[in-house]
Amino acid sequence: MEKRLLTLNVNGQDYELYINPKTLLVEAIRDHIGLTGTKRGCDTVSCGACTVMINGMAVKSCSVLAMQAEGMEITTVEGLEVNGELAPIQKAFIDNGSYQCGFCAPGMIMSAQALLNENKNPTEWEIKEGIEGNICRCTGYNSIVRAIDGAAKGKYTEAKS
Amino acid sequence: MNKYTVINPHSKFTVLNTHVHNIDGVAKVTGRAEYTFDIKLPGMLYGKILRSPHPHAKILNIDYSRAMELPGVYGVVTGKDTLGVKQGIWRRYKDLCDEQILPVDKVRYIGEPVAAVAAITEEIAEKALDYIDVEYEVLQGVYEPLDAIKKDAPEIHEGFERNINVTRHIEWGEVEEAFDEAEYVREDWFKCGGQAHMCMETRAAVSSYTPEKKMTIYSSNQSAYYMQALMAGVLGMREGDIRILAQYVGGGFGGKFELDGAIFCSAILSMKLFRPVKIIYTREEDFIATKRRTPMFYYVRTGVKKDGTFCAREAKVFTNGGAYTGMGATALYLTGFFHSFPYRWKGYRYDGYRVYTNTLPSTSMRGFGAPQAMWCSEQQIEWIAADLGLDPIEMRRKNSHHEGYEVPGQATIASCGIDQCYDEIKSWIASKGELPANRSIGLSACGFMSGGIFNWFDTPYSFSSAVVTINQDGTVELHVGAQEIGQGSNTTMAIICAEALGVKVGDIKVHSGDTDHCPADLGAWGSRQTLMTGNAVKMAAESAKKQLLEFAYAQSGLNIVYDLDIKDGWVHAIARPERGEEFVQLVRKALRGKDGQRIIGRGYYTPHRKGMISPAYSYMLQGVEVEVDEETGKITLVDSMTAHDCGQPINHLGLIGQLEGAFSMAAGYGYLEYMPYEDGKLMNPNLVDYKMIRATEMPPANIAEIDTYEPEGPYGAKEAGEGLTNPTAAAIGNALFHRFGIQMKECPVRPEMILNALKEKKEAQEK
Repeated sequence: MEKRLLTLNVNGQDYELYINPKTLLVEAIRDHIGLTGTKRGCDTVSCGACTVMINGMAVKSCSVLAMQAEGMEITTVEGLEVNGELAPIQKAFIDNGSYQCGFCAPGMIMSAQALLNENKNPTEWEIKEGIEGNICRCTGYNSIVRAIDGAAKGKYTEAKS
Repeated sequence: MNKYTVINPHSKFTVLNTHVHNIDGVAKVTGRAEYTFDIKLPGMLYGKILRSPHPHAKILNIDYSRAMELPGVYGVVTGKDTLGVKQGIWRRYKDLCDEQILPVDKVRYIGEPVAAVAAITEEIAEKALDYIDVEYEVLQGVYEPLDAIKKDAPEIHEGFERNINVTRHIEWGEVEEAFDEAEYVREDWFKCGGQAHMCMETRAAVSSYTPEKKMTIYSSNQSAYYMQALMAGVLGMREGDIRILAQYVGGGFGGKFELDGAIFCSAILSMKLFRPVKIIYTREEDFIATKRRTPMFYYVRTGVKKDGTFCAREAKVFTNGGAYTGMGATALYLTGFFHSFPYRWKGYRYDGYRVYTNTLPSTSMRGFGAPQAMWCSEQQIEWIAADLGLDPIEMRRKNSHHEGYEVPGQATIASCGIDQCYDEIKSWIASKGELPANRSIGLSACGFMSGGIFNWFDTPYSFSSAVVTINQDGTVELHVGAQEIGQGSNTTMAIICAEALGVKVGDIKVHSGDTDHCPADLGAWGSRQTLMTGNAVKMAAESAKKQLLEFAYAQSGLNIVYDLDIKDGWVHAIARPERGEEFVQLVRKALRGKDGQRIIGRGYYTPHRKGMISPAYSYMLQGVEVEVDEETGKITLVDSMTAHDCGQPINHLGLIGQLEGAFSMAAGYGYLEYMPYEDGKLMNPNLVDYKMIRATEMPPANIAEIDTYEPEGPYGAKEAGEGLTNPTAAAIGNALFHRFGIQMKECPVRPEMILNALKEKKEAQEK
């Protein structure tokens, strides 16, 4: 298949890529752009380790072609922190021990952030549904639910003076 | 949301059991943590493995000339490129070293590696597999242990009569006499399924062999030292010429401390090509060609008195060993030992048979044989209590281990909190009140080890070691061989070091997962690191502290009866804590006093005279509230409570995470994670069809931590986080028995089994 030129906007930065049109978004992000925070844990769109945000919504980046994401705003886990300051959801994960091996954490955090973008005040069940597409083999999820709940309640947001 | 209670918390510590964040946290939540999966080296090639489509076949010929013609292919290796070493983790016993990872003449399960290709891209390597021609002579296969032990069954390994790979016998007391004393005897057969480790990071390795004849391997594993030693054996190299790196590992759960196809094939390819080679398993490969929890058939005969006093127990177990031994030999012993737990038996006899079959090899997995043992034991005990009309909690209590009890010839119990666990669960059940008709509570007790004392690996090193080095600015380098796989061992070791040395966790850098720079340690398995590496770290830190305090004593002018201490970076007289100096000032003085030599503390630990199994045992009792849809047979977990004795908790956040996580994995084993095989082929090797607990299925996992003190552990600590994989399946089974009166003899319990059992029960009642 003939390669083609495409521009992806990831974490506010435009990247010009020359790639095979059947390249998945996760492959473009990891192998071509070199942002390896986003992981991959299956080949069947089941585990959620590759979750990123596209225009603020959670998307499993193994389920779309890189081409399909052209012209959209893609955010990966690397795009959450600003000048070394972690996002509230990242602080919440640390404070609640919401990861162990850490391999699912980047995707889990993106699902959590997308949920909070959409629903500022989720119930416990809404939080669980929001991360249902993400498998975590280590934590049993409850610490993740506590982190998202804490972040939603503003526990990890610095008061702006 | 969960409740977490600590009964009788200690307060004498400044760091231990406080809210310490995981020290790898920032790396993990920002995507900075670099796993083997993420490694990219200059000039690196990508490898793929050709796998056997047959469960049992002779390899007659492999022709890869067509693959070599494909542009981008650099090389292919087969068994003929290896030394043909039959390896295994039970190195002391040559007949249990039975696995050539690239077999030379025979394959024994579907998915077994046959050849490996390295190419410029993963895609080309995968395509090249289609151009390798393998000529097989297909042999008859056998897939179930009870078939494989038959006289006319096909022989899987030469010289193993009836395909029996290992046998284990445990016995104490006069078993038949003890059965004679019994007034009630019950016998049952059970079947326990396998389970996939399902680490989020699949098996992964990047190997780089260079012209100096040195090998560097990034590998996703649970014991860098084991990988180094085992690879030296199969490659014919010196251990010291192999460096294993594993800074971040995406889960282990008992499945990543044996050699696998990724590490072996990438190394063989790299030796042939002098280029770095990376192999990452797909999820399907991880399911069909790694190892799994050992499936077991259990026969249990138990004799008790009418008042519920336990007399004797006899168990016969046949395990589906799959094609190779691996850690399965250990699981065979431990299942027989923990099947007796946590009770006192006057007579106990266990005979275990591990049987080779033409299926995926089985091995250790979190719980290490005990989840299967408890599935059978704890259900049968519940049924006996019902048969005799006794309170199942009080019957358990009167027969339980206690501090000072000796499991005859096996173990001495130095700390045991099971009695308080019964009280906690009793009051939790009482607090629930009347349950709706479709809900039921089941419970299960168990215990677990804090590291194994056995040395079948034949290491000449101490089981754990640690080195503490103090820098001039008061920062501390802690080198350990303990392997961080997500369980939080780096943080736990930093906490122990900080507590012992009297500094802050933030002052300590933990170095692990690198055989070039860290001392040898057996690694992360059998719940050994908190106790064993923890003891080594404590010893190393205390040694460094003693060396420092010598300088403080020398200048203090205090009467010899007064002691100095360091806490929170403050060096002071214990009697006059306000008088003292900063830690860093003392470090500078010590440096000057030693002519500039850095203060280095060394520590090590090897268990001695601690019985047959482990230096210490944890105890727990779990209650699970289950809802059953009688129309569909579907189970929903509603709530749970675990009373848990792990000695002195060290890493508070880590402990909660381990207990919740173990519960979710254990629940999956109880009712979701099913591995059906047909003619040696796994029917659901993907995450669509292999069901596991997701967030919406996870109930609250409440915990009551019972405070005990284990004399052998650092600060009184023992196992946590593996033992809790043991009780849940049985607790679910017991819940089904209580309200619905059905006895489940096979796990995982699937909806159709529940429907059938309910139907049979209804039919029996109608008769």
